Amino acid sequence: MSVLVYTENWDGKFKKLSFELVSYANKISEMLNTTTIALSMGNVDDDELTKLANYGATKIVSVKDEKLNNLDNQLYASVIAQVAEKENSSVVVFSNNNVGKALAPRLSVKLKAGLASAITKLPINIAPFTVYKKVFSGNGFTNVVIKTEKKILTLSQNSYEIIETGGTADIENFSADLGMTAGTEVTDVNKQTGKIILTDAEIVVSGGRGMKSGEQWGPIEELAELFGAATACTRPVSDEGWRPHEEHTGQTGKIIAPNLYFACGISGAIQHLAGVSSSKVIVAINKDNEAPIFEAADYGIIGDVHKVLPDMIEAIKELKSQ
Amino acid sequence: MKIAICLGSVPDTTTKVKFTNNNTEFDTTGVQWVINPWDELSLTRALELKEDTSAGIEKVSVINVGERGTEPTIRKALAIGADDAIRIDAIPKDAYFIAAQIAEVIKKEGFDIVLCGIESSDYNGASVGGMLAEFLNFPSVSAVSKLEIENGKVKFNRDIDGGKEIVISQIPVVAIVQKGISKEPRIPSMRGIMMARKKPLNVVPAIETDALTEFVSFEMPTSKGKCKLVDSENVKELVELLHNEAKVI
Repeated sequence: MSVLVYTENWDGKFKKLSFELVSYANKISEMLNTTTIALSMGNVDDDELTKLANYGATKIVSVKDEKLNNLDNQLYASVIAQVAEKENSSVVVFSNNNVGKALAPRLSVKLKAGLASAITKLPINIAPFTVYKKVFSGNGFTNVVIKTEKKILTLSQNSYEIIETGGTADIENFSADLGMTAGTEVTDVNKQTGKIILTDAEIVVSGGRGMKSGEQWGPIEELAELFGAATACTRPVSDEGWRPHEEHTGQTGKIIAPNLYFACGISGAIQHLAGVSSSKVIVAINKDNEAPIFEAADYGIIGDVHKVLPDMIEAIKELKSQ
Repeated sequence: MKIAICLGSVPDTTTKVKFTNNNTEFDTTGVQWVINPWDELSLTRALELKEDTSAGIEKVSVINVGERGTEPTIRKALAIGADDAIRIDAIPKDAYFIAAQIAEVIKKEGFDIVLCGIESSDYNGASVGGMLAEFLNFPSVSAVSKLEIENGKVKFNRDIDGGKEIVISQIPVVAIVQKGISKEPRIPSMRGIMMARKKPLNVVPAIETDALTEFVSFEMPTSKGKCKLVDSENVKELVELLHNEAKVI
């Protein structure tokens, strides 16, 4: 038996979420009294692979092949299934990001393993295997029982702490059967550079219609820059074209869970809250004291964002200089 | 080419969510049912492609797994412009069950492009599309924000975590689509509503299959502690609270 964790790298370096996933998987291994095996696909060198041991992986399976340079969901799922079967994995853990969401359902069918997605906590019970998760876009929670012998989980980003265990691991280079022809081909990649990725960010500064116009986004960008934070916006803002669609956060946009979320000039419509309610701390700045955002916020200031934000920037600069 | 849209009937996004039967079921009392927002965008894109004759789309069908109660939602899709609909007569138990049912219909009917919304706004499983592709042994492309047809192949913009990719897929293919696929969902016209009454809505029996997961109980979100308000003249205090109390900066 084992718990298998699917790690992700970016140009050969593991993403932070991979360490979070290994830490999470390792905790499940402890609950099941088994071991954690990390799977790495693509070109990652041994020095980098070894890092996974530091979070509890006792074995690292590395699959390197030119055919894996592009993400073809069908081919990737077939390789993961081969590894899961070889390692007799009873639980497979993915991130609940775009990649995890693309692969986990395919693997579920391949292994006939029940899937519970967007998990934020450890399973609450092992027999029956029960996990707690959000439903109705955060307007409810459920306990889901996975009834099959094999289970698949996708873990929401920033929802589990990274725990260093300082262990060691063996690296196994696995030659997977890659006989299948990929049905898809990537012809162009446009990587976002020099900007913090919204779904990865620990701090997010977000603006709503209360910012008045796209030209008045300066204070939001400045505040974000001070923290190395990502910027986000509400749906009306992206629909108006004040900000790019990639920044739209909410039920039909991106779902995020940063440690700190600044909602500036955001009223807090139910659809927006669905995308941000998992943030650990929410700070709301709004001139309307009856705005629903104050129901969801931990801290709030009732006032004009264009007056409050410059003061906030000053205060943060002062704090940083101490 | 034929396009299938997997259509979910979900509570309107402004629904006040409540649970019943000792918190084991969603309380459907007074709920307004709508087309799942991403499915509605997919349908809109499929119709745009059908109208663009160079794309060579002959037919756009919608497929739903549900009991009779989902028919008004299906009729709305027909009113928006889908050519026909198939309802698989079953209570959707979980994503695996739904995907298995839809796969059966697609195998029989033969579709070239299958569009699924990235998730349903009720159970948020985000899994039917990928499962369906695996049942069918089709390639799948997920997080699709743009879809075009070029030389008999399908060209997608796909979001990756931290960028975008252009992906070309052979057909048949399952596309799992998100925002951006079409600008705004279409609204049915009066004429569309009249025509929808005459369009075929075929009901087929469900196949025997297991659900792999079960929602055993539900809970309402616990409301947060009271929001701590800081005076707008004293922003510094808020920064100190974030630093010393919340310890997030």
